Amino acid sequence: MAYHSFLLEPISCHAWNKDRTQIALCPNNHEVHIYRKDGAKWSKIHELKEHNGQVTGIDWAPESNRLVTCGTDRNAYVWTLKGNVWKPTLVILRINRAARCVKWSPKENKFAVGSGSRLISICYFEQENDWWVCKHIKKPIRSTVLSLDWHPNNVLLAAGSCDFKCRIFSAYIKEVEERPSPTPWGSKMPFGELMFESSSSCGWVHSICFSASGSRVAWVSHDSTLCLADAGKKMAVASLCTETLPLLAVTFITENSLVAAGHDCCPMLFTYEDSQGVLTFGGKLDVPKQSSQRGLTARERFQNLDKKASSDTANATLDTLHKNSISQISVLTGGKDKCSQFCTTGMDGGMSIWDVKSLESALKDLKIK
Amino acid sequence: MARSTLSSRFRRLDIDQYDENRFVEEPEEAAAAEPDASPEVEALLRQGEALRAFHTAIRSSPGNTRNPAMKEQAQGTMLKVLTSFKSSEIEQAVNSLDRNGVDLLMKYIYKGFEKPTENSSAILLQWHEKALAVGGLGSIVRVLTARKTV
Repeated sequence: MAYHSFLLEPISCHAWNKDRTQIALCPNNHEVHIYRKDGAKWSKIHELKEHNGQVTGIDWAPESNRLVTCGTDRNAYVWTLKGNVWKPTLVILRINRAARCVKWSPKENKFAVGSGSRLISICYFEQENDWWVCKHIKKPIRSTVLSLDWHPNNVLLAAGSCDFKCRIFSAYIKEVEERPSPTPWGSKMPFGELMFESSSSCGWVHSICFSASGSRVAWVSHDSTLCLADAGKKMAVASLCTETLPLLAVTFITENSLVAAGHDCCPMLFTYEDSQGVLTFGGKLDVPKQSSQRGLTARERFQNLDKKASSDTANATLDTLHKNSISQISVLTGGKDKCSQFCTTGMDGGMSIWDVKSLESALKDLKIK
Repeated sequence: MARSTLSSRFRRLDIDQYDENRFVEEPEEAAAAEPDASPEVEALLRQGEALRAFHTAIRSSPGNTRNPAMKEQAQGTMLKVLTSFKSSEIEQAVNSLDRNGVDLLMKYIYKGFEKPTENSSAILLQWHEKALAVGGLGSIVRVLTARKTV
């Protein structure tokens, strides 16, 4: 596990470039900083200053090497690298509240922005006018859209929002693509069509993720639950009430295994049993080295009793790698079906890279299906 | 100067309530009248069958009702059951519940904390400790985020 502390402030959001040598992140202000890996160190190579409000979402398109950022100033910018400088292009989103998340589609010809205006803006480039145009998906979203993820077919979009539901919409734009072929989620996909809506859980949906094949979608919500909808089982939803604090980020690492992390500061493995349609907790992935238990002197014992009303010798400091909540997980290598490395960033300003093979060998009863 | 000296009277207007697209809470379907199990529970308590009374109370707890009187009654019954347990029996009772049962128990424990009586808090704290060991912090989070309260 490689841990690097970038800042003392939270990292609001991050995105990696195609060959994973550069990372773009927002250091909890109006800017985006791009760092490049120089051996074992990270050096800042660019500072992108265009937003007037905190940058809440960054996504880096791997093939076309464009960045899209969105912020609380209700704007989104598409950045292209010209020579050695990133040049922004404003995208008018027509929203009247902050933008919260942004994602490039798999073919990188459009991107989706979720916002506090209770709608999703799907933006595509109009060649004749040489600018980005957006279309809105409004119904039946009732509250802020917190998270988005695209289906591999470039048309379906999953959205998790603060009205406690996860929904899958069609974001088919006829100007830029062919009609999509039928999927397990449905066959008729006009723009804005609601293909799936989960029944209400009791928490804001913080993060949502399609599996690599697109036939499963998983989401985590603020009532400490993790849910998975399987299109192959007629969209049956399996949910797991976890014993941890709420999770904030989730991703698939194989078709049946998920890694999620959140306010407990540690990534956790979850497994989906295909045959029974059941989610189970697989284990914490951040097991700290066992520190030797030194005995307490009588004086320390009494002090503990006096201050904390207990003679418990448990450490009050966090043993995990991240010292504050983890807010985002991204897959580095292997894709969502055979992930071999993933990255977490959090509110402690640190970024950590986790290697799946070494986790499997280090934590003996971990089973990644 | 801590307070703004300009008039802030305009801030008393909630502009979001005039938005035509605002969120309106879905009307709950009226739940079927739940048969009241409290006499059965009390009978079991009198016979000394605390564990069975506990399970009956958990099973017959009104889930969907909005009726405050029914909720009050269910809370009162549950509190009687919880306070009638001996400290040594609490752990066994908690272990006999499934995940949903533990979440429901946690909701009743916190409801009991809200209206403390003579000895209720002490025994409720013991219940809380055992329920936390089984349900973890997640069960408390679900008490806080639940839309349907007990």
